[in-house]
Amino acid sequence: MKKVYVNEDWCLACHLCEFYCAAANSGAPNMIKAFKSNKKPIPRIQVEEGSEVNFAVQCRHCDGKACVKGCISGALSIVDGVVVCDENRCVGCGTCVLSCPFGCIVIDEDNHRIQKCDLCTKNHDGEPACVQGCPNNAIVFEER
Amino acid sequence: MNYVIIGNSAAAVGTIAGIREIDSTGKITVISDEKYHTYSRPLISYWLQGKVSDKNIYYRDPDFYEKNGVETVLGKKVVKIDAANKSVVLDDGLAVPYDKLMVATGSKPFVPPMNGLDKVHYHTFMSFDSVKAIRSEIKDGMNVLIIGAGLIGLKAAEALHEYNAKITVVDMADRILPSILDVRAGVKMQKHIESKGVKFILGTSADEFFEHSAKLKNGVTVDFDMLIIAVGVRPNTELVADAGGKVERGIITDVTQKTSLDDVYAAGDCTVSHDASSDTDKILALLPNAYMQGEVAGKNMAGREFYYVNAIPMNAIGFFGLHIISAGSYDGEEYVDETENTYKKLVFSDNTLKGYILMGDVRRAGIYTSMIKERIDLGEVDVEMLKDKPQMMIFGKARREEKLGGIFR
Repeated sequence: MKKVYVNEDWCLACHLCEFYCAAANSGAPNMIKAFKSNKKPIPRIQVEEGSEVNFAVQCRHCDGKACVKGCISGALSIVDGVVVCDENRCVGCGTCVLSCPFGCIVIDEDNHRIQKCDLCTKNHDGEPACVQGCPNNAIVFEER
Repeated sequence: MNYVIIGNSAAAVGTIAGIREIDSTGKITVISDEKYHTYSRPLISYWLQGKVSDKNIYYRDPDFYEKNGVETVLGKKVVKIDAANKSVVLDDGLAVPYDKLMVATGSKPFVPPMNGLDKVHYHTFMSFDSVKAIRSEIKDGMNVLIIGAGLIGLKAAEALHEYNAKITVVDMADRILPSILDVRAGVKMQKHIESKGVKFILGTSADEFFEHSAKLKNGVTVDFDMLIIAVGVRPNTELVADAGGKVERGIITDVTQKTSLDDVYAAGDCTVSHDASSDTDKILALLPNAYMQGEVAGKNMAGREFYYVNAIPMNAIGFFGLHIISAGSYDGEEYVDETENTYKKLVFSDNTLKGYILMGDVRRAGIYTSMIKERIDLGEVDVEMLKDKPQMMIFGKARREEKLGGIFR
């Protein structure tokens, strides 16, 4: 299965992936509209900045699936290997935040639910938005 | 193979998933004394609060049983396990044979004997039926008395606050949420809940109940229109105990989730778990634990050997918008960082992270959880970064590559 991987030697910590991710998942037609709306869109990818390296982290769609197994509402499930969240069923309890070993699930406080990377399967054709928007090819979408 | 599952919550659903991963054709029968499609027990407070619809309280889609080839016997209670003849007996006398049996009977509300309680109408807070009964009786502005300031009592308080109830919570302990919070975090949460109008009377208990009031041991009398008893839960162990299976505070299983009875497995709140963070046996009445135990049991029932290890106490919960995530155990050297709205406590021992409490800011907490579960040596991580916040940067490059799936070359 193709997943998103990050080359930490090439990541510039420009945070553009966060902006592209947030805009793609905001439902707005473009980035300007997404960020000019009253509700600030939430990125599902997060850049960690260090003194020597930087890298972005997002859902690994990992084998453990602790988030799916622990989900109290049944909102999280696996569709063709991708961990997806049914936003209508999520109550934002945070059990997946407690369970995710990579810290990849974000609580959307305003809507009492979580947000997580679904590899742009719901909103995008082809490569996920973070990959398309990375100016230094530090983020790739590939089979490993 | 003929599988029978007693119970229809998280452990049962996990069992079905585990069995079906190995055996796609064996017969599976789920028997439950509740008449509902599998529903999420922790969502009952959200349902009462009006935040979850009738449709969304269900834990799995309506076609879940059909898709997994599961037959259901709902609204019937198993009264006996006949281990010698490998069958379970229902309350209508019918015997259902099994090759492999799962006991996922969960727990029941614990209602201690209290003076006058037998003459008073009260509610517990554990099942869909219990919150349906509350919803049918609750009226705007009612006085509600809740006995118990634990997770269940306070979730009930939060839900009933939506009905403008005047809520008083009484607990024998001198602090709230002792099972998941330390004293300082408990005080912070208590202040937060009090700011929403909920009143606490702690360090005392009910001396006697009357029709619409309770006299407390400290002399105070509390009037109520509705009484909720939420002092705790007890595992449903009778079926296994009566069949001669080993039971202590809960049902005893091995690491494959098998009980001491042949071909009988158990999972979830009715069992005793091993807490890997404190190396002690205890009841871990948590939904993720129930599901994962069930899943491991199901695989073993289907003939593939798997072990359930690395269970730890862990909770994610919130009250009136203030989130808490906590995990592990709390004996060791402490690091505490507190601001007006947040609280963080990390507990270290044996050169590992043993436990944590995060309140207010719970972002990325799972990185801490994984440190506890994987017993990662502090020598392998940047401890100052770890104390600052959960982040993948704490790990060295090699470990991070391994965790995140390698880097592009």
